[in-house]
Formats: sequence, structure tokens, C-alpha cells
Amino acid sequence: MIQARVIYVLWRREMIKYFRVRSRIAGAIGMPAFMLIFQGMGFRKVEFPGLPASIGYFQYLVPGIIGMTLLFTAAYAGMSVIMDKQFGFLKEVMVTPASRISIVLGMISGSATTSIIQALIIMLMSVLLGFRLPLIHAVLFSIVIMALISMIFINIGLILSSLLKDFHGFSTVINFIAFPLFLLSGALFPVSNLPAPIRILSYFDPLTYGVDALRGILIGHCEFSIVLNISILLTLSILMVCASSYFFQRAEII
Amino acid sequence: MSAIIVKELTKKFGEFTAVDSVSFSVEPGELFGLLGPNGAGKTTIINMLTTLLLPTSGEAEIAGYGLGRDPDSIRTNIGIIFQDPSLDIGLTGRENLEFHAMMYNIRSNERKKRIQEVFDVVGLTDKAEILVENYSGGMKRRLEIARGLIHYPKVLFLDEPTLGLDAQTRRSIWEYIRNLNRNYGTCVILTTHYMEEADFLCDRIAIIDHGKIIALDTPSGLKSRLLGDCVSLTIEGRIDLIATALGEKEWVREVIPDGKTLDLILSDYEKNIPEIFQTASNLGVRISSINFSKPSLEDVFIRLTGSTIREQEGSRKSVRQERMRRRMLR
Repeated sequence: MIQARVIYVLWRREMIKYFRVRSRIAGAIGMPAFMLIFQGMGFRKVEFPGLPASIGYFQYLVPGIIGMTLLFTAAYAGMSVIMDKQFGFLKEVMVTPASRISIVLGMISGSATTSIIQALIIMLMSVLLGFRLPLIHAVLFSIVIMALISMIFINIGLILSSLLKDFHGFSTVINFIAFPLFLLSGALFPVSNLPAPIRILSYFDPLTYGVDALRGILIGHCEFSIVLNISILLTLSILMVCASSYFFQRAEII
Repeated sequence: MSAIIVKELTKKFGEFTAVDSVSFSVEPGELFGLLGPNGAGKTTIINMLTTLLLPTSGEAEIAGYGLGRDPDSIRTNIGIIFQDPSLDIGLTGRENLEFHAMMYNIRSNERKKRIQEVFDVVGLTDKAEILVENYSGGMKRRLEIARGLIHYPKVLFLDEPTLGLDAQTRRSIWEYIRNLNRNYGTCVILTTHYMEEADFLCDRIAIIDHGKIIALDTPSGLKSRLLGDCVSLTIEGRIDLIATALGEKEWVREVIPDGKTLDLILSDYEKNIPEIFQTASNLGVRISSINFSKPSLEDVFIRLTGSTIREQEGSRKSVRQERMRRRMLR
């Protein structure tokens, strides 16, 4: 039973806290911004095999960095669940009559919104650095893709947070998961340049399809078809929501 | 209809039995206490009754809804104030209450009214817009109590409501709890390991030790199980004379000389103290100080469990008081 009111309350709380703590915004933007500036500017002239000369490395990199922003902010969403657990607030949430699935969806919607805001800030920044933005309807379409990408990684964070109890454990494990996912996804270079055994691993990385879909929409260049990308992302995010609801239902709160 | 009926409730964690076949019932509007040392199983009972933990066996009914059958209806009808803090310190006091009220589906107009009402009850109206991270410990506790009241619960659970608070704040929280029980008729169940707290607040008390209820009665009922009052005299002169003389009185149960002090267990000390002085002056013995105490719930606890609820300090005085208590209870 999904209760829209519960989802809204949890979303609203996330928004209040997000806009209240400015340092959190700056901190989360910092890393992708540096990547964008130094990697993007430094490798500007590099020509990759398999990449049309008309696109250029900076154009190619921007969707990758947007994917990276989504991956890291979304995966760290589980951190705020761990904080709520440690500060006891999660107990307060769980003792209310709200259905568990609504609670999970509320947490997802809040974190997805913040992840998308971060990604849009990065997109804006890249425009200032010379990124050629497509038409507005393409940008709006890319936001849908961003929502799917963040959904998948938020749920990874949520599942992890239902299994772990402390900050340190969580950030260690999430880094161990997120970095390979980021590097395998083709955010920085075409996956086709990787040696075959590693390339196969990249096909198991959800971010590969996320970044590819973003490229297809934002710069008109992708390896797989957009339909394939979207169907994979959609299927995965639905599966992940079910999985994290399951884990949340049986998690020990006390 | 009882507010709470508990039948042979049991919780095992692996081999360890935290709650061992506990049964009791609580009437609507009653202030009921679960008293016992840390680790006795009080919080586990609360966690089961508030649907956070599944019992291993046994049954319970809260506000008419069966445990395990209808958890959402139970959650709608109870309020809980946890032992550990459970506020979002990144939100203001008002935002915390709004969050809670919205989770319980209270409509906008009603919500504003009730938030104002509960802020007034706990005296935090002028602190409503401040971030909770800037609240003191007592203010946080009061805000949690306010939050527990917003949805007008039929049953309110308080798990160690005054743990870690100073004496003054504790007093004022007792007043809040008492008032809300009287004014709203809310049935309150509280756990505590403070004897004074249970004594001051509760209509009835269940004493719990090692997961079992070892006594259940009103505070005065529990205390009347004791034998009498204790009077302690400091004597200058022949202590043996006065000890023998007092030992012959029929209202004196026991005489325990210890150096210059003489401890007496007696009944109705209010009436009999003049006679003690009379006897002393007849014998030419001077009483330089006198000290008396009524039995407390702590004494009841010692008698029932054979140990004090708090760790004893090692001082000579406390050791002596301890010995007195034990004698008093024989």
C-alpha cells in the first residue's frame, strides 16, 4: 500500500535539510567539478579511436561526469539512513503507521531529487566551460534518465544501510563498490578501448547504460540503442526498489 | 475493556531469555510502571508492545488490537518516547512535530492547532523555531514527549523518560507526565529504574527482574509488605543500658548497637519517638542526634531481589544503611 502523503513528508524533510546545509551541496559538487575542469580541459585535444572528431573529448566527457555525480550522491544516500539510525530518528519513523514501502519510496524520492539537482548544477557548470547543450526537450528527457540512474544507486545504498550500522563501515564499502562502477562505466573513455575481459565486466555495470543513454540524448552519440539502455535501466530500478523494500522490511531497527 | 492485556509474553535472543512469560493488564487512564534494574527486560517488553520487536511466544492486546495481527492499528493508537533520543537534530522543534503529525495523517488546520497545544503543554512555545541541535537535554526530552502526544494516543509508552536528566528537569517532566495522564486520560506505561520516579508517578508498579514480574501492586501496597520504620540514634554514655531498655518495649522489633550508634526497627515511629527520649533521660543517657526513614520502594526491591537497584557506593555510611535495610526487611 503506497501512501503519497508519507512519501511527500519524507521528501520534504530531505529538501529542508538539503537546502539548510550548504556545505553538503558544495562538498558533493567538488569532486565531479574538478574532474570536469582538469580532466576535461587537459584532455581536450586528445582523439580517441571510435569517437567522431566532430564530438571532441569535452563533449564526450560531460555526460560521463553527470553520471558520476549521480552515482556518488545517490550511493551516499544510504549514509543519511545510517545517520538516522544512529541518531534514533529511524525508530521514530518505523513506529508510525506509515507503510514500509512508502517509507522506502519517500527516502528514494528525496535522495533522487538531490542527486538530480547536483547533476544539473554540473551540467550548468559544463555549459560555462563550453559544453554545447542540446534542445530543451532533450535536456528534460535526460532528467528522466538521471532519475532512473539515481534510483538504482540509491537502492544499493539503502540495502547496504539496512545491513550495516556505522558510518565508517558504510563509506568504506560504498567506495569499494562505487569506484569500480564509475571506472568501468565508460564515463571517462569509450568502453570499447578496454581489453575484452574487462569490457565484459563493464556490461554488468548499470552505469554503463546510464552514461550511454545520457550521451545518446545529450550529444547524439551512443554505443547501444537508447531503447535498450532505457529498458535495462527501468527494469533494474524497479528490481532495486523491490529489493530494498524487502531488506528494509526485515532490517533490525533496534 | 483494558488498555493493554499481556499474556505470557516471552522473548528469547538465542539462548538468552530476555522476557520470561510476563502477564499483566493495564486499565484505561492508568499510570502503570515497569520497575527494575538495567537489563531486566523492560525495554524489550516495550519494544514488543510497540510492534518494533516480534515476541517469541505469548499474546498481547493493545487498545483492543492484537499484537502481530494488526500492527498498523496498534501504531495509530500508541505514542512512544524512546529511551535513546530519536529527534532529527537538523530540523527545528516545529519541523520535528510537523513531520510526526503528517506521518499520522493529521490534516493541516488540525495539525497547526495540535502542535501549538503540545508546545504549550511542555512549555517550548518560544523555542519552536530553533534547531533541535541547539536544545538542551531536558528540552529535547520535552519535545519528544510533545511529539508523542500529537496524535492523541490511547496508550503512551515512556521508556526511561528522565534518564540522564538533572533533578530539576526530572521534577518538571514528572509534572508533565502526571498532567497529561489526568487531563487527557491517556493511559501511560513507563519503565524506570528510579524508585522515586515509580513511587511518585505510578498508580501500579510491576517490579521486574531477570525478565520476570516478581511483584505487582500499588506503591503503598508494595511498601506495606515491609515490617516497619528505621530509627538511628547517636548516643553519648552507656549505650548498653539504653539498648536493653529499648529492647524491652513491645513496639521495638529489633535493636542493633554499632559503636556509638544505635539502630532500631520499630512500628509507628511518629508516636513512639517521645518515649525513646523519655527512656534515655531516665537512664541519664544523652541522645546527640536522631535520624529516621520510612521504607522506600528501594527497600521493597531489595527484599524481593536480594540486591539494590543501583550499584552500592563503598562508603561506610551506605554499608551501614544497607545493613539496616536488610534487617528492617526480615
